Amino acid sequence: MAGKEDLKLLGLLVSPFVIRVRMALSMKGLNYEYVEEDLFNKSELLLKLNPVHKKVPVLIHNGKPICESLVILQYVDELFTGRAILPTDPYERATARFWAAYIEDKLCPAWIGILKAKAEEERAEKVKETLAAIEHVEVAFAKCSNGNVFFGGDSIGYLDIVLGSFLFWFEALRRMYGLEIINTSKTPLLAAWAERFGGSVEAKEVVPEADKAVQYANKLHAAAAVKLVSSE
Amino acid sequence: MARVGGELKLLGLWASPFVTRAKLALQIKGLSYEYVEEDLGNKSELLLSSNPVHKAVPVLIHNGKPVCESSVIVQYIDDAFAGTGPSLLPADPYQRAVARFWAAYLEDKLVEPWFKMLDGTRTRAEMGEGVKQMLAAVATLEGALAQCSKGRPFFGGDGVGYVDVALGGLLVWVRASEVLLGVKFLDAARTPLLAAWAERFASLDAAKATLPDFGRVIKHAMMRRGAAAAALAQNN
Repeated sequence: MAGKEDLKLLGLLVSPFVIRVRMALSMKGLNYEYVEEDLFNKSELLLKLNPVHKKVPVLIHNGKPICESLVILQYVDELFTGRAILPTDPYERATARFWAAYIEDKLCPAWIGILKAKAEEERAEKVKETLAAIEHVEVAFAKCSNGNVFFGGDSIGYLDIVLGSFLFWFEALRRMYGLEIINTSKTPLLAAWAERFGGSVEAKEVVPEADKAVQYANKLHAAAAVKLVSSE
Repeated sequence: MARVGGELKLLGLWASPFVTRAKLALQIKGLSYEYVEEDLGNKSELLLSSNPVHKAVPVLIHNGKPVCESSVIVQYIDDAFAGTGPSLLPADPYQRAVARFWAAYLEDKLVEPWFKMLDGTRTRAEMGEGVKQMLAAVATLEGALAQCSKGRPFFGGDGVGYVDVALGGLLVWVRASEVLLGVKFLDAARTPLLAAWAERFASLDAAKATLPDFGRVIKHAMMRRGAAAAALAQNN
């Protein structure tokens, strides 16, 4: 049910969590006001509407804030008709939630840890964790897709969005560290899926170029270096 | 107890707060199930094949199909048995989002630092930091309870809901941690709403039927901590 909904999204162009929400809103045909936040200088609105985490994305619907990307995805799916994001069958929904939790709890902290690592040893450890986690996700794809092209079946669904939002960052990590998280030999199913996801209309609309992620990573590293120096 | 919609089996551990959540949900919905106590030192074939990724409990097996992770299990029970017993998640999508937000919060900010602390291998500084984090989380949850309940008895309103189950499953362990760590987490002076909620929750029939025995949990935690400390001492 597209049309006049009062929707505002506080976001960051390179945040995969924000991209998830933008994909979902786009898939439902919803218009919204987008506000780019500066995470080094958070707006009053962001701090007021997400006092607990002070993070993006925050979706504001009719003045009421919803926080946490997975919570927002489910909210948008439940409230607005149109393309289904989560499966309709309870068991398939449980499977999708299980893997979303795995991606969030095991894969996500691992790859973000590669960026945040302060020493080579730490980075190597995080790389190991990331590669171990992605192998499980490869198995998940085989199970969930049922021979179809996406986790969600023949079109993009919940898990596609949850994992797909990371892909441009995986490419950024490849450019920065020569690391291939998804590759055709170790994770062939995911490699093929990644091509399809990246080439989709839904992704092309909201996923930025990997270089934007590289630039942002450099900004984060510079800020961390400044912090370190100024604390000495 | 109703036996609707097929066969239910729950693989668990008597002391696990995550298993307790699943039991609470089943109890509240009035669903009967077969319970199988696992031995972590000797995991069953069924557990290993049903949860190959985590090899952990709880695992709910419904008509032979496994569901893993306590939050996923509780939502599944609510979804698959929507017509049976009360609903755990609210009907209103915004309230559902709020409930999911707080359930995720308590996992990240209360459970995570807490379980790290209980493994018996932390330094004094790490323990201090962990306690601080837990107290901060509890303080925030006091606000959450005010927001969600709006003066009614539970996070879910008049009846027990998703967040009540998520936090309620942890209740005996929170009490045990107060003894083990010497810190009052649910203090009637600091967090009056939560302290009252905890009393109220523990006295529910569903809680009495499913929460593990406090004394037994204390003994178990001390044994585990002792074993971990001994192992640590051996390795140093």
